[in-house]
Amino acid sequence: MNQTSLQASSDERRLLDQGAAGGIEIEHLTIRLGEGASAFDAVQDVSLSIRPGEFVCVLGPSGCGKSTLLGGLAGHWQPGSGSIRVDGETVAGPHPDRGLVFQHHTLFPWKRVLDNVAFGLKMKGVGRQERTARAREMLELVGLQGFESRYPVQLSGGMQQRVEIARVLINQPRVMLMDEPFGALDAQTRLRMQELLLDVWRRVGTTIVFITHDIDEALFLADRIVVMSPRPGRIVEELPIDFARPRQADLVTSPQFTQLKRHCLALLHPHANIVPLERLSPLGPARH
Amino acid sequence: MQSNRFNPARIVHYTATVLSLAACVLAWHWATTRHVNLGLVTFQNVPTPGDVLEAAVALVESPKLGQHLGASVARVFAGFAGAAVTGVLLGLVIGRSRRLESVLLPPLEVLRPIPAVAWIPLAILMFPSSEMSMVFITFIGALFPILLNTIHGVEGVDGRLVASARSLGAGRWSIFTEVVLPGAAPGIVTGLAIGMGTAWFCLVTAEMISGQFGIGYYTWASYTIQNYPEIIVGMLFIGAIGMGSSVLVKQAGNLFLPWYHLQRKTS
Repeated sequence: MNQTSLQASSDERRLLDQGAAGGIEIEHLTIRLGEGASAFDAVQDVSLSIRPGEFVCVLGPSGCGKSTLLGGLAGHWQPGSGSIRVDGETVAGPHPDRGLVFQHHTLFPWKRVLDNVAFGLKMKGVGRQERTARAREMLELVGLQGFESRYPVQLSGGMQQRVEIARVLINQPRVMLMDEPFGALDAQTRLRMQELLLDVWRRVGTTIVFITHDIDEALFLADRIVVMSPRPGRIVEELPIDFARPRQADLVTSPQFTQLKRHCLALLHPHANIVPLERLSPLGPARH
Repeated sequence: MQSNRFNPARIVHYTATVLSLAACVLAWHWATTRHVNLGLVTFQNVPTPGDVLEAAVALVESPKLGQHLGASVARVFAGFAGAAVTGVLLGLVIGRSRRLESVLLPPLEVLRPIPAVAWIPLAILMFPSSEMSMVFITFIGALFPILLNTIHGVEGVDGRLVASARSLGAGRWSIFTEVVLPGAAPGIVTGLAIGMGTAWFCLVTAEMISGQFGIGYYTWASYTIQNYPEIIVGMLFIGAIGMGSSVLVKQAGNLFLPWYHLQRKTS
């Protein structure tokens, strides 16, 4: 009994901590990719300010540099010019404070679900008992209790992404960076995952930067949509989305939703004929 | 599992295996009892299956079998153990560091194609005890498959997993122990299983050096004293034990890699 009340109070503190952190300031950011003559600005003169706890979707056609922007936030790409700061600190490299989730999971195939989730704590030197307990909490948060001792390959695509999210959140990141995390899932599962993500976000309150080329997804999830255009990658518009929360799946049929969707389609359309950039991920090509 | 054992496809498979082996023995029997001479190859001096079986029974009943096997097993395992430690350590280092690869790999690449038998004179010169030189030959036989499979395993580790471990807070050492080592483990196990096979493969070569006991020595000595059926008994023993211990290594390794088999089953 005593233990659970202790747990609860530490949970609350965790939520407060995160409420106070996770503000992002991007100023005149340019990221150059490629070498020599083939070098180009994948991200050009991007300035963006994100409030702590905000859910921002970056929307754009494939190859518009939105993944590069996320790679910069993660610390995998160094800015050519400009700066990225999280809570006032300049981003210098990858850090557990900025958790990454990709379209294809990067779970360790040799670790069971529980050990995958607990990995971040193990790296921090947390003892086995505590990290197991907290990994269980995290799995409960993403609705995967009962799957602790499975291997990743024994899970469906949606479950694998939930484990991935739990593994990132156990580090209590200031920011969760998501690069089309539901892009490889079927439509049904994607919708369920979006609802789950909103529920998880409501409870942990971390800042989320979510990359997608799916307008419906961006409109459904975001507090604010940042629309990017390709070649060079620039921000063309910022759209505040004030649909009431919690949001339900039937939101997508409402007239306001359709109206915003039409607006986004118009913003994205002029670039339809532009050849997209080659996909350059800091982690190399996905193996699937 | 139980129903699997009796399914028709398996019965057909096992019947085919047994029939094929029986046909080989039958052909052997026919060729040797008729003293077939095909010009290019002749079976006039080749012992018959019956002679071989007789020699095998004699060997199994004699107290020498244990000594022969004991001596050979000890040599192979000593050589294999040395090759496993050296091969895996070198392979991990070479696979992980480009700089060390360019320093360490060229001399190994030069040594690799040299067959074990060519090492015999040098082995005799380098090691004062003939026991050590025999162990060295089996070591050479096992080393390269272990080394190359380990390098291959390390280089095959998914770079995305390394990057993801780093962003979850893993340092250099943790990346090595938590990502590179388990990721390379299937390759290492394959290398060890092949290395165990090649160590036995080199046994006759090793035991040509000298000795009184050893299944390879038994085979070679039978040739010099013209006990032809015994040659084949020795060959079959080496083949069977080599295959058996290779399978044993693979099975033991697989106990540590349950995830790997799940992955292969589902993909």
